[in-house]
Amino acid sequence: MVFAVLFAAAATLVIVYISWNSNRVLEGRLKQTILAETLGLAEQYRSGGVTKLAKIINRRIITPSNTLYLVTDGDGGWIAGNVKALTRELWDAQGRVEFAYQRNGARGREMRHAVARIYRLAKGYRLMVGRDVEDQRQFTQIIRNAVLSGLAFMVLVGLGGGWLVSRDLLRRIDGGTRTSRVIMAGDMSQRVPIDGSGDEFDRLAINLNAMLERIEQLMNGLREVSDNIAHDLKTPLSRMRNRVETALRDKSRVDCREVLEKTIEESDELIRTFNALLSIARLEARSNSNNFALNDLQELVSGVAELYEPLAEQNNMQLVMKSGPSANINVDRQLLGQAIANLIENALKYGGSDASSSGAKNGRGKLTIEAGLWPSGKSDDKQSAFFIVVSDEGEGIAKKDIELAMKRFGRLEKSRSKPGTGLGLSLVSAVAKLHGGTLSLDDNQPGLVARLVIPFDKDEFAQSGQTPI
Amino acid sequence: MRVLLVEDDREAALYLSKALAESGHSVKIAHDGEEGLEFARSKEHDVLIVDRMLPRLDGLAMIETLRTEAIGVPVLILSALGEVDDRVKGLKAGGDDYLTKPYAFTELLARVEALHRRDSFEQGQTGYQVGDLVLDRLTRQVVRRDRNILLQPREFRLLEYLMRHAGQVVTRTMLLENVWHYHFDPQTNVIDVHISRLRAKIDKNFDTALLKTIRGAGYMIRDDT
Repeated sequence: MVFAVLFAAAATLVIVYISWNSNRVLEGRLKQTILAETLGLAEQYRSGGVTKLAKIINRRIITPSNTLYLVTDGDGGWIAGNVKALTRELWDAQGRVEFAYQRNGARGREMRHAVARIYRLAKGYRLMVGRDVEDQRQFTQIIRNAVLSGLAFMVLVGLGGGWLVSRDLLRRIDGGTRTSRVIMAGDMSQRVPIDGSGDEFDRLAINLNAMLERIEQLMNGLREVSDNIAHDLKTPLSRMRNRVETALRDKSRVDCREVLEKTIEESDELIRTFNALLSIARLEARSNSNNFALNDLQELVSGVAELYEPLAEQNNMQLVMKSGPSANINVDRQLLGQAIANLIENALKYGGSDASSSGAKNGRGKLTIEAGLWPSGKSDDKQSAFFIVVSDEGEGIAKKDIELAMKRFGRLEKSRSKPGTGLGLSLVSAVAKLHGGTLSLDDNQPGLVARLVIPFDKDEFAQSGQTPI
Repeated sequence: MRVLLVEDDREAALYLSKALAESGHSVKIAHDGEEGLEFARSKEHDVLIVDRMLPRLDGLAMIETLRTEAIGVPVLILSALGEVDDRVKGLKAGGDDYLTKPYAFTELLARVEALHRRDSFEQGQTGYQVGDLVLDRLTRQVVRRDRNILLQPREFRLLEYLMRHAGQVVTRTMLLENVWHYHFDPQTNVIDVHISRLRAKIDKNFDTALLKTIRGAGYMIRDDT
């Protein structure tokens, strides 16, 4: 509305300015024409008096033009010119005058406007030199009418268009506002409406929806985690409480050592779960670690493998290390070491000989750790990756359960009986993400194969040669 | 051993000082950083146990001040913050060891005793002897009763660490941190297996066992005869 008023005011101003200016120019030219005519006639009058003047005028009016002439005697009697007589007011006037007059035109007698100058000559004689301005007046009139109606039309269109556009905008913004209100009220499933036009509003809405999608995912994740925390932390807590309570109630039992020992064991398990949860939360919250340093990855992997080698042997498993070329990459040694340890511990736990695997039938189950560069270390590609693959020959994980296994507290039913926090793979996944890499699980036929891939830029980090296998 | 405990939680301080006293150490308690700094300046203590978050003067700031005043007493930092980042920060400030709350008392005791021992340990020492077991750090040879014992490099480092702390309890976490340099907490008995391998080499064919398991705490190498 404000814009419409401003627009109309500005347009009017411009038009007024233009018409005022053009009027001034036309007026000036008119004055010049009349003056020029007059100067010529004055010359004739000085040399030959009224007679000569009349003669000149009569000659000039032979060719029809818009110039008006009139010479009269002292009583107003016609002497020469194309105008009959002067009215009373004009007779008394002097200098510039404006008047209406009648003349025979193509469509009979018509009223026309003229501008003239009236001079008083000797003996009361009058000379009038004028110019018909009817055409100019009519032209101005037409222009003015056109401009005014145009202006009115423009104001109407402006107002109407503005109303239409703002109504559309408001309607779409209102859609977003309504959605956000519903979301604030707690319904995360709502989305901002999209009309499919692909304009700025649509793109904004699409981005907002993507953001909402992500937030909803995170919220669901959080809800899931808190549900799991409730289960995985509360169960041992209540177990602990029950045990202590029973011991207290049983007055005959003087020695509570056993109960206390169990309690400490249980609380240690809780602390471990809690620490793992905190680590994952902190890993997921940050984008970089302060402890990134260049590390020979092959050395790191074989170091952890060496730590677990005796344990594997004790578990009747054969730990096989397959080392490819190495790379010096900026990593967090502690975190990556822990990730590798988690993968190996998992393989030891679930790929062991107690599972009815083919490896067990052949005697010892095999735990293979393979580490090297991908693609093959020779590629000209700038991007390269270091992979760590831990595979066992145990029961493995069914395809449909793989997603569940990577989730926080995602413990498969058959593994619930074994000790563990259910956070091992989540931590590995979080560590992988922190390093810009990925963790994937697959079927080893039989067994499970876990692939940890850490990408790096070849230009940034020098390759540290081949490591003997 | 005289221990200065800087801890603002009165109940925790009381529990800890009682437990340390039971283990035969004398304990003085400071309840905030300023007080801790004041007591530490008297240089009467062998080991400091400092909580990281303290009123008036933060634990790390307190340790930093001590170090700039050239007071080199070994410090064990206690903290609820257990990430590697926090650990690095603590050690950078001048701490000698870092233990995350909640902890087992045996773990704390083992670490405090190890810090004390390290303080009195001679850097130039070229070998250790426990009973008839001799470890030479220069030739990297291990001999027991004139019999050469062949050890893997890692086994050698494990034995070296145990012998350096002979007569002291060494926990599994301490071994993982000091022999393997990992600061994570394995969920399996991975260290025990290494110990039993080492035990098979140094104790198996001899009449006295030097490497002992301390139940609920860790391991110790000691000659009881």
